[in-house]
Amino acid sequence: MVSRKDNVIKTLDWWTVGLYLILVLLGWLSICGASYDYGLPDFFDLGTRAGKQLMWIGCSFCLVFVLLTLDARIYDTYAYLFYGIMILVLLAMVFNPTDIKGSHSWIVLGPVSLQPAEFAKFTTALALAKFMGEYTFSLKRTRHMITVVCMILLPCVLIVCQKETGSALVFLAFFLMLYREGMTGAVLFSGVCAVIYFIVGIRFGGDVLGDELTSAGDFYVLFLIVCFSILLVRLYCKEYGRAVSYMTLVCVGGMLLGLLFSLYVIPFDVVQLQYWICGGLLVWLLVLFLRSRIYRFLFIMFFLVVSVGFSFSLGYVFDKVLEPHQKTRIEVLLGMKDDPAGAGYNVNQSKIAIGSGGFLGKGFLNGTQTKLKYVPEQDTDFIFCTVGEEQGFLGASLVIILFSAFIVRLILLAERQTSRFGRVYGYSVASIFFFHLFVNIGMVLGITPVIGIPLPFFSYGGSSLWGFTILLFVFLRIDAARED
Amino acid sequence: MERNFRFEKRKYVIIGIVFAVALLFIIRLFSLQILSDDYKQHADSNAFLKRVRYPGRGIIYDRNDKLLVYNQAAYDITVVMKEVADLDTLDLCNTLGIDVDFFRKRIGEIKDRRLNPGYSPYTNQVFLSQLSAEECALFQEKLFRFSGFYVQKRTIRQYAYNAGAHVLGDVAETSKADLEADEYYSPGDFIGKLGVEQAYEKQLRGEKGVEILLRDAYGRIQGNYMNGKFDENPVQGKNLTLGLDIELQMLGERLLEGKIGSIVAIEPSTGEILCMVSSPSYNPRLMAGRNRGKNHQMLSNDPWKPLLNRAIMGTYPPGSTFKTTQALTFLEEGIITPSTLYSCVGGFSFRGLHVGCHGHPSPLPLIPAIATSCNGYFCWGLYHMMSAKKKYGSVQKAMNTWRDYMVSMGFGYALGIDMPGEKRGMIPNAEYYDRAYRHSWNGLTIISIAIGQGEVTATPLQIANLGATIANRGYFITPHVVKKIEGEELDSIYSVPRYTKVRKEYYEEVASGMRAAVTGGTCRLANLPDIEVCGKTGTAQNQGHDHSAFMGFAPMNNPKIAIAVYVENGGWGATYGVPIGRLMIEKYLTGTLTPEDEVLATDIQNRRINYGKQER
Repeated sequence: MVSRKDNVIKTLDWWTVGLYLILVLLGWLSICGASYDYGLPDFFDLGTRAGKQLMWIGCSFCLVFVLLTLDARIYDTYAYLFYGIMILVLLAMVFNPTDIKGSHSWIVLGPVSLQPAEFAKFTTALALAKFMGEYTFSLKRTRHMITVVCMILLPCVLIVCQKETGSALVFLAFFLMLYREGMTGAVLFSGVCAVIYFIVGIRFGGDVLGDELTSAGDFYVLFLIVCFSILLVRLYCKEYGRAVSYMTLVCVGGMLLGLLFSLYVIPFDVVQLQYWICGGLLVWLLVLFLRSRIYRFLFIMFFLVVSVGFSFSLGYVFDKVLEPHQKTRIEVLLGMKDDPAGAGYNVNQSKIAIGSGGFLGKGFLNGTQTKLKYVPEQDTDFIFCTVGEEQGFLGASLVIILFSAFIVRLILLAERQTSRFGRVYGYSVASIFFFHLFVNIGMVLGITPVIGIPLPFFSYGGSSLWGFTILLFVFLRIDAARED
Repeated sequence: MERNFRFEKRKYVIIGIVFAVALLFIIRLFSLQILSDDYKQHADSNAFLKRVRYPGRGIIYDRNDKLLVYNQAAYDITVVMKEVADLDTLDLCNTLGIDVDFFRKRIGEIKDRRLNPGYSPYTNQVFLSQLSAEECALFQEKLFRFSGFYVQKRTIRQYAYNAGAHVLGDVAETSKADLEADEYYSPGDFIGKLGVEQAYEKQLRGEKGVEILLRDAYGRIQGNYMNGKFDENPVQGKNLTLGLDIELQMLGERLLEGKIGSIVAIEPSTGEILCMVSSPSYNPRLMAGRNRGKNHQMLSNDPWKPLLNRAIMGTYPPGSTFKTTQALTFLEEGIITPSTLYSCVGGFSFRGLHVGCHGHPSPLPLIPAIATSCNGYFCWGLYHMMSAKKKYGSVQKAMNTWRDYMVSMGFGYALGIDMPGEKRGMIPNAEYYDRAYRHSWNGLTIISIAIGQGEVTATPLQIANLGATIANRGYFITPHVVKKIEGEELDSIYSVPRYTKVRKEYYEEVASGMRAAVTGGTCRLANLPDIEVCGKTGTAQNQGHDHSAFMGFAPMNNPKIAIAVYVENGGWGATYGVPIGRLMIEKYLTGTLTPEDEVLATDIQNRRINYGKQER
């Protein structure tokens, strides 16, 4: 026992631990700033948010100690068990009667509220690592790929059922890990394309070009679809450079000419023409495939068809599938709606708070915007705006740099694993942290829509802090044992 | 272990994405914090503040459109500590009529975060609350001298009459539980407590509006955002008209002065409550304004429990008023006919059991039995019903049949009045007695329920509702206090008749019996010259002095009022119940009292019942 513990101390990655400690400390100071109302600074009083967070931090350190003492092999051995238990808990939570702000994801145990969804990331990451760590596993096998996707989607769906869409979206982070493990980059590319179509389609959905015959949103999206398809041909079928040139000339040129014709000569619906052009492109690709028997052409055709289908369903998804408040959040983000009293309020306030910080900030505990309670949720989801206001550009950038360094360090640790189990788990951890960082700070800065997920180590709350601590230190423990 | 070097270089892509996002964020921060002065200026000079605009609470009228409850302007003086400068403390104190010590104490309280957890020197803190317009006028004029002090307008509830406190209820600041129960409320909001104010909170409160103001970094208000484009006006609360007749209510409260008891009057044709007196009562004005907390405390510590609305929360043995229900049940079940005679020589005596009665001829048919309130008659009736093995099969089935009749007449369950806290009273059933007597019981064991004693209890409201049922000859409409809501339909349950299990012709018999009680029986004192009053006394036995009760309605045909009077420890029904019933009916139907009856009213008002010091 003793020797193993010595071993852990020797082999533990102290860089990561150091970054962890710095981030937790900065997080706690931000909570002090966000929850502090002039007067006596009583940060150690357990009645205040800062005091409670200190207690959660203390518990986390105990947790760290326990996690480091345990044998690294148990995570491998019991991965499926943990996953199974968590699925059962999540299933039970769907029928949980406790309703906190419309969400059913909280277990209330006297003074402590726990959110099991925060721990589901850990169990899912572990189970994925175990499954993908098997010697026979290969992402190229359809059955394996489907199993992996199901393992990710199962907890995700259960969390959506608890009305915690934000926490469910975090599971998308696993695709970054899958990409590292060999999933084709086309999936990521398609994902990015879908986001672009969505934003462009919704943003310009209500606009028209020319004499109100051509919908601007549809035109732009179809234009992009054609461009992306041609780009794919250029990237993946390099030997068909001539064909690409023709395609660009005919398709893109045709669309632009059609638009000009519609604008200045005889008005007509250019979108109709675009559908014809897409059809033509499809036939062209089919001909190329039949001639060359290169299957990539088939994939590009598939991409084209799915993209057009997506553009068809865009309006429907936006109007019918999304909840009204989600719709408003997206509209506000895209600048289509000004709603300072409702959906736009938080983001607007948070931008003002950050903007008022200037280069050096107003100093610790001196933020006036956050003090006057302008920013709702300022110690949970919007904690970063306290950093921005009180520490200014310098402090906020430092936090972002620290986080990036932390994530990059995790990626490097994942790369040095000797087992695929360790690497998959490490990448999962890094991806989850990255996703949280991206969405949370993006939201505070008004880049991504308002999705209520916490900023790791900063946002107030025991569940999230413990969830992230477990996630991280299990990885560090596995990493420390990599030479065993 | 297999190492796939082809994919290893993908780590650079991922690391690249991380750096790209970090760079994006830093660029964004740079543009927000350094390049653009927009947001900085926003924060320095402008920031949004959502301020609630409060709607006026709905007004309450009585059935004759007399104003009962309205809103009056009141003023809070607030202070923002950071803005206080060069304060002439003495001048301020003189203007407000307070002394300097109080001023220092108050400021100390505001700054003490243990007493005032939400304290911030940048925001408005209440310094003095709910001042009247006069108290505030001088201060308002000199406001410019006291920087940092503000006047905030609010409203408080005002009551036009010192009456009807239990029915009207009051408003109080929202408690922690209220805030958790309904998201509509924020700390400091008011919410209805008790009575109509609580029951119709949703209608009375209206809809809050919102105003988006621009404030600078020190919290100073700069004006409305975009000239109020996004502001929302509050929606005023809906006005209510009650079925209550405030004059009748005041007479009832006067008559019950110094006594513990209750009077409930109902308009039989509509189910509207004409008056609902619970004594001891209190002045509703005590519950409005600055001293509510103190007064509420005082009232809750009173051993007579004035906050209890005995009309719907007090459950009492209904006594002889309950005999009418028995007559109806026995008639419908064929146990008796109107001409059935039962003997009663000094009461009901059978197999060693004796229930006493008072002097009257024997044997009697039904109508004189009701008129003289013969105990023997109804005990025999119940005994025969419970013993009718052939008809029911067992005493249990007979008992539950009986229970169904009582429930159909509105007993045993809350009637569903539009007031919070209604009690259901008690109607026993066979299972209850099986448990209590281990399956060994019969009609004799439970005989006292026939005369409204024993396990049976009812609220004064249920007794008044019984009067309304007889007045209507077989149905009632769920009693309700609110007659009309401005711009909204009343709940449909307050317009649908609920029929009992007894047919109309038997009700006529009972009504005749009650008429006979007034013309020549126990209720002679209720015999008004030009009005055909029907009544039934009740003298409910009790540990200690008997309770005095009366249940009646008038006029006999096309009744306008049904009433129940219940005076705790008042003795005979005829002592308090009947004369109070008489005065109430007279007042409601003729609009006034004759001079002789005015004397009677004053006499009853001045009579006191000695309740001792015991907790009630």
